[in-house]
Amino acid sequence: MLELLAEKLHIPRTQVISVVEFYTFLHTRPQGEYEILISDSITDQMLGKQQLMDYLAGKLQVEVGTTRKDGLVSLDNTSCTGMCDQGPAGLVNGQVLTSLDTGKVDVLVDLMTRRVPVTEWPADFFQVRDNIHRSGLLLNDSIGKGEALQSAFARGLDETLQELENAGLRGRGGAGFKTAMKWRFAKQEQEPERYVVCNADEGEPGTFKDRVLLNSYAHEMFEGMTLCAAIIGAGKGFLYLRGEYQYLYEQLQQVLQQRRQSGLLGANIGGQDFNFDIEIHLGAGAYICGEESALIESLEGRRGIPRNRSPYPVSQGYLGKPTVVNNVETFVAAAKIAVHGGDWFAARGTSQSRGSKILSISGDCRQPGIYEYDFGVSIAEILGDCGADDVFGVQIGGPSGTFIGNAELERRLAFEDLATGGSFIIFDNSRNVLDIVQNFTDFFAHESCGFCTPCRVGTALLKKQFDKIRQGHGSAGDLVELEKLSRLIKNTSHCGLGQTAVNPILTTLERYPELYQSQLKDISFEPGFDLDGSLETARKLARRNDPAAHLAQGGE
Amino acid sequence: MNLKAAARLGGRIGHFSIDGVRLPFREGQTIMAAAMEAGVYIPHLCYNPEFTPHGSCRLCVVRSNGRHLAACTTPAAEGLEVESHTDELQEQRRELLQMLFVEGNHVCPACEKSGACQLQAVAYYCGMLAPELTYFYPQRTVDASHPDIAIDYNRCILCELCVRASREADGKNVFSIADRGIHAHLQINSSTGKLRDSDLEVTDKAAHVCPTGAILPRNLGYNIPIGKRPYDQKPISLAGDVADHEESS
Repeated sequence: MLELLAEKLHIPRTQVISVVEFYTFLHTRPQGEYEILISDSITDQMLGKQQLMDYLAGKLQVEVGTTRKDGLVSLDNTSCTGMCDQGPAGLVNGQVLTSLDTGKVDVLVDLMTRRVPVTEWPADFFQVRDNIHRSGLLLNDSIGKGEALQSAFARGLDETLQELENAGLRGRGGAGFKTAMKWRFAKQEQEPERYVVCNADEGEPGTFKDRVLLNSYAHEMFEGMTLCAAIIGAGKGFLYLRGEYQYLYEQLQQVLQQRRQSGLLGANIGGQDFNFDIEIHLGAGAYICGEESALIESLEGRRGIPRNRSPYPVSQGYLGKPTVVNNVETFVAAAKIAVHGGDWFAARGTSQSRGSKILSISGDCRQPGIYEYDFGVSIAEILGDCGADDVFGVQIGGPSGTFIGNAELERRLAFEDLATGGSFIIFDNSRNVLDIVQNFTDFFAHESCGFCTPCRVGTALLKKQFDKIRQGHGSAGDLVELEKLSRLIKNTSHCGLGQTAVNPILTTLERYPELYQSQLKDISFEPGFDLDGSLETARKLARRNDPAAHLAQGGE
Repeated sequence: MNLKAAARLGGRIGHFSIDGVRLPFREGQTIMAAAMEAGVYIPHLCYNPEFTPHGSCRLCVVRSNGRHLAACTTPAAEGLEVESHTDELQEQRRELLQMLFVEGNHVCPACEKSGACQLQAVAYYCGMLAPELTYFYPQRTVDASHPDIAIDYNRCILCELCVRASREADGKNVFSIADRGIHAHLQINSSTGKLRDSDLEVTDKAAHVCPTGAILPRNLGYNIPIGKRPYDQKPISLAGDVADHEESS
């Protein structure tokens, strides 16, 4: 199979292996007839994922991370599938499973045992609800198909770019780069061949607002991409859709087809000398591909390794050509700004964070789902709206963002205070901070691309070090080492993944040092392994188990 | 713009400083390239001026305006003030080196590259005495299938110099990296994955750029006795990169 792929694609055999081993959803060995992946996001865990996984593994008689001997089923964990408002969630042969419980697991196991094809499973297994609970500037507004393009052509493309600048729109993926500036840079490049890429690789645990935009606002998103193409002079666009959202692939293709039929994609769009079309490219399970240059590498058929910059993608992106990469929400906002003008958007939000932000709210609240607020809203107000009481803390912007405690709820959502790509996970007082940090730390170690030393080795070491402390084997020195390691990874990593992978540890260590200290042993040093345990083989060989055959550890 | 190409072309001369020492640079040159030319040593493993800068080992990370930057991928700029040989950065380098040592299986006393190994030499230079981090002890193999070249994967630090040399200098693509995170590993482009079945030849550049003892031309191991090797004589800051000494080892 590897050879066949290499031959058909005219690439070295090793490039096929490189890619297959890199992406979670690709395998070098056959998986079961049914491949089940259960989302291991903290939000799924809070909804009882672990018990459910144990139940499922028991029922199927398969160990997690393996394929059953008869080849019927494979079972494994996967990173957040973006169903945090309707978990525990999972994937079966790439299709989403939502709101799982033991009742559903029983049915599921029965269906698999009877070898019923996934296409014939009851529809309610796969139902994904939008759960929009609060609409604001973007979600309330509806524009007609082609309206943004008409407005832009009528106003003039340069003038429309100026409107976008007046709007003060900043990238909605979280980094907050000024959208108009990005488009202007790409437009000013000498190279005539240019690209537009929509980043729908929504992988930050706790984020699912793009899922909803892709499902219910796809026209606006594609319109925003087309608008960008008209302004910067691009002929081709890509929607990079995360593999977990494969269930949206067909319906998005249909939207593209409709747009082609309406003359909104293809040749001479809007009667202008403007040709543009969009292709959907599926991801295959790699968080790092949300980083724009890693995404471009992935588009080009390689492992998703973030590039060195400069040059930035706006000057040398896809195939080395100028490329604008923006988030789904950014394109939706841009389309609406083209219709309503910059002031419409700039009138909302704060001076540095104009407009609104769509949040994905999950965790301990009565109504998880989608909430849109003008920037500048206080965390307390959001918590009130979604029905969160007894709040211990909130993870803003996902694991790579910031953890805030309940003494900080008057802080505001804005680039100048708490920036976010949209993830908003609430924890109540029943939760253990260290469980949360452990989940996040494991996540980053799993998702590190492995390119640079501090992230590749450091995230794996951090996981070991954190586990050592968690398991009660840590001493004061271990906490110092944990912090030292974290600072090193933050300072020296090649890209944002490594630089932010340590945020869960650093932000909680700063706020709850006593929680970490309570895990420590009152000794000066404890080795990273069980000294006495490692002598077990020697004791067996010597047939001894007397007190002298045991070692006390760490001078207890 | 391709920094290497720009540097070769010459261009306007500017000045910047490393640890207070004023250095010239040609427009487009990286901090590393300009420093090397001026004889100022910045520790590095994945950098080799002959190939596209990689920026992966992170040993060359320096500080400027409060930001940490990889010297090998950051262009020098007029008036830029760079800190490199500070206590903080040397401490950082020691920890990065420790990471490389615990990630693989590096047994210096038993390694034929000892004394001519850049990883070992940089560790000495930075004052790393012994790894204090938890060892991974990965299970890795040795590929001795090729008559002229051997690969000991235990010593690979994923600097991708062989990957780049094979692609950029030899036009062959013999090496590449697969998998991700801590599982990332070097692989050989051949039907069996073995070096014997690849088109690597001992005269290839890729066989002579490894900064550690991972890729070794065979039958030369002890031509230069221990004690007389480049880094037995001088620290790496004076002796330079191991690739420059390859012919003599």
